[in-house]
Amino acid sequence: MGVLVHKDFDFIVQGITGREAVNFTRECLEYGSRIVGGVTPGKGGREVYGVPVYNTVREITEQRKVDGTVITVPLAFAADAAYEAIDAGIKLLVIITEGICRRDAAAFIEYAAQHDARVIGPNCLGIIIPDVCRFGSLGGPAVDCRKAFKPGVVGVMSRSGGMTTEICNALSQAGLGESTAISIGGDPVIGSTYAELMPYFEADEDTKAVVIYSEPGGSSEAELARWAKENNSRLPMVAFVAGRFMDDMHGMSFGHAGTIVEKKLDSPADKIRRMRDAGISVADEIGDIPRLVQERLDGAA
Amino acid sequence: MRFYEFETKTILARRGIPVPEGSRAANAGEAASAARELGGALVVKAQLLVGSKAGASRSDESQAVDSPEQAASATEELLKIDDGGRGPRGVLVEKVHAATAEYSLSISYDGTAKQPLLLAADIAGNIEDIAEAHPDRVVSRHFSALVPFSDYVAKEVAAGLGLNGSELNRMAGVIARLARLFLDYDLTQADIQTLARLEDGSLLAVDCFSDMEVEAKYRQKELLAEFGVGEEDTRSVRAPTAFELAGKKIDDDDPRGIIGPVVEFSGNVGLVIGAGGGSLTLTDAVRKAGGDPANYAAIGGNPSVAKAVALTKLVLGKPGVDKIAVMSNVVSNTRADLVARGVIKGVIEMGFEPADKITIFRVPGAWEADAVKILNKYGVEYCDRSVSISEAAKRAVDKING
Repeated sequence: MGVLVHKDFDFIVQGITGREAVNFTRECLEYGSRIVGGVTPGKGGREVYGVPVYNTVREITEQRKVDGTVITVPLAFAADAAYEAIDAGIKLLVIITEGICRRDAAAFIEYAAQHDARVIGPNCLGIIIPDVCRFGSLGGPAVDCRKAFKPGVVGVMSRSGGMTTEICNALSQAGLGESTAISIGGDPVIGSTYAELMPYFEADEDTKAVVIYSEPGGSSEAELARWAKENNSRLPMVAFVAGRFMDDMHGMSFGHAGTIVEKKLDSPADKIRRMRDAGISVADEIGDIPRLVQERLDGAA
Repeated sequence: MRFYEFETKTILARRGIPVPEGSRAANAGEAASAARELGGALVVKAQLLVGSKAGASRSDESQAVDSPEQAASATEELLKIDDGGRGPRGVLVEKVHAATAEYSLSISYDGTAKQPLLLAADIAGNIEDIAEAHPDRVVSRHFSALVPFSDYVAKEVAAGLGLNGSELNRMAGVIARLARLFLDYDLTQADIQTLARLEDGSLLAVDCFSDMEVEAKYRQKELLAEFGVGEEDTRSVRAPTAFELAGKKIDDDDPRGIIGPVVEFSGNVGLVIGAGGGSLTLTDAVRKAGGDPANYAAIGGNPSVAKAVALTKLVLGKPGVDKIAVMSNVVSNTRADLVARGVIKGVIEMGFEPADKITIFRVPGAWEADAVKILNKYGVEYCDRSVSISEAAKRAVDKING
């Protein structure tokens, strides 16, 4: 099982001839993912590791089923690529491109919602169900990716792509493994927040617990805390909030675009308080996460 | 990216939102002439990046005056304010108008609804404070960034404030203009903390501030050129230090990989650490282990050896730093061997032994086997992925603090 993707998940890569895209296309294929086409306007007819390249998304969707798209195009074309995928009927978009303005992200995310499509990201690395499907660039080369991600019981959601791999690696080392890991994106406006993705994990029988990685900035931790209070979830949750050193650094931005403390809700201290208040375990150290998950699982059994 | 109040007022006035009559003065002399020209009851407001959010009417950031002499002495005093290591960008000398009522308007993005959120209150002040103290007096309304802003949305908000008749229409006009300019100028925050209604019923934006999205700089060039905001000017809350500027230069000089942001702290633990979330986690872990970071310097995106060399030299060369820790989360696309090569080369070029200066190297992931070979050759302690970030940070801090 797992969430959002599956073993027969067919996806395309928009911007497939870019340097990073060529790399992760190879990595995904080696991992066993089904990349059924790529798009780079003006480069139709080429191939990238055997994947046919087209000029437009519709050329692919008109001839076959496409379940998702990974968008990794230069910033100036990112919003357009999202509209193209949505109009072509694709229902799951992973947007890797970094630096998209909030106005643009808010607009295409609203457009996606109107068309029953879900956006993961922007500024994310995608989704992985270990040994089943890798949809995006999580984990790097297939051999490294297999080391970090192992099939298991923990659903992972993270605002940092790199920390998705770090946390999953720790869970894998502890023998817990992951049901599905989602890099949700580090931007202030993203398509899918923790709380919106929780129902998927809730409905997934492989998932027994959820771990979230969060950072200063934004209201999605408060939203998750509210969700946890309002929904009597069967899933124990463990959170880690990075950037506690930023509590007293008002207005300064570190790491991701969304990582800035401007409002009271933005501060790590406020997020930790709200989540603990909602019954979510908050790890004081990153190394504590596997132990806390195990404790919560033992407690639930 | 913060705009000064006088810049925000330029934008508001251009888009049809009235602002008080006034002018900006760079020094006491200019302030006195501005006061002479304006006449009557005036306010002199320091132009600040850091302070303005709290409400520009704060007593320590502005002074009421009613003569050119007073304007001059107020300006001299206000220009002494420390604005994050900078002086104020002059003062704004404005006419004071008697208000019959005051309101507050605020627009920003709501990451939960993924739409712009408009907040309005029938008292003046910082909207976040008002929402906390008087939640019943705040009207909130999301609007779409996808379709053009419709006036009815503004009318709903104005009606929510309890307004009617011409008062409603005037308020709706200001709200609609603010919403449109918020979208048009790629603002991430647009607040009128004091929107005053005057005797004649007109509305005036007395205190305001705005932030523009840094990522939108490329498409707001005209406005930024008008305000004299250069490519390098990030308007950050604290003026960049020489160390930080040097870090930025290293990043700009070589497109391979990303170093940044580089931020100077006061401690002694030199950090060459992984980008994004990893560096946030690592900085916390160092502090949690009792270490005092000398800097924040995130490196990632598969940097070149030369870039890692330059960053190593910058951090290790910082006064007060004797040793560095090279750490990262499990990396996906950064090559650990290139980072290892770079930090070792940097230390050697400074005339030191890598084993003495590099407390720990934890960069698990791509090409780590090659990294281990290089590190072993120089006797640098290496941790693989079985050692957590917390544990790696503890080992580094223990070595540095002895």
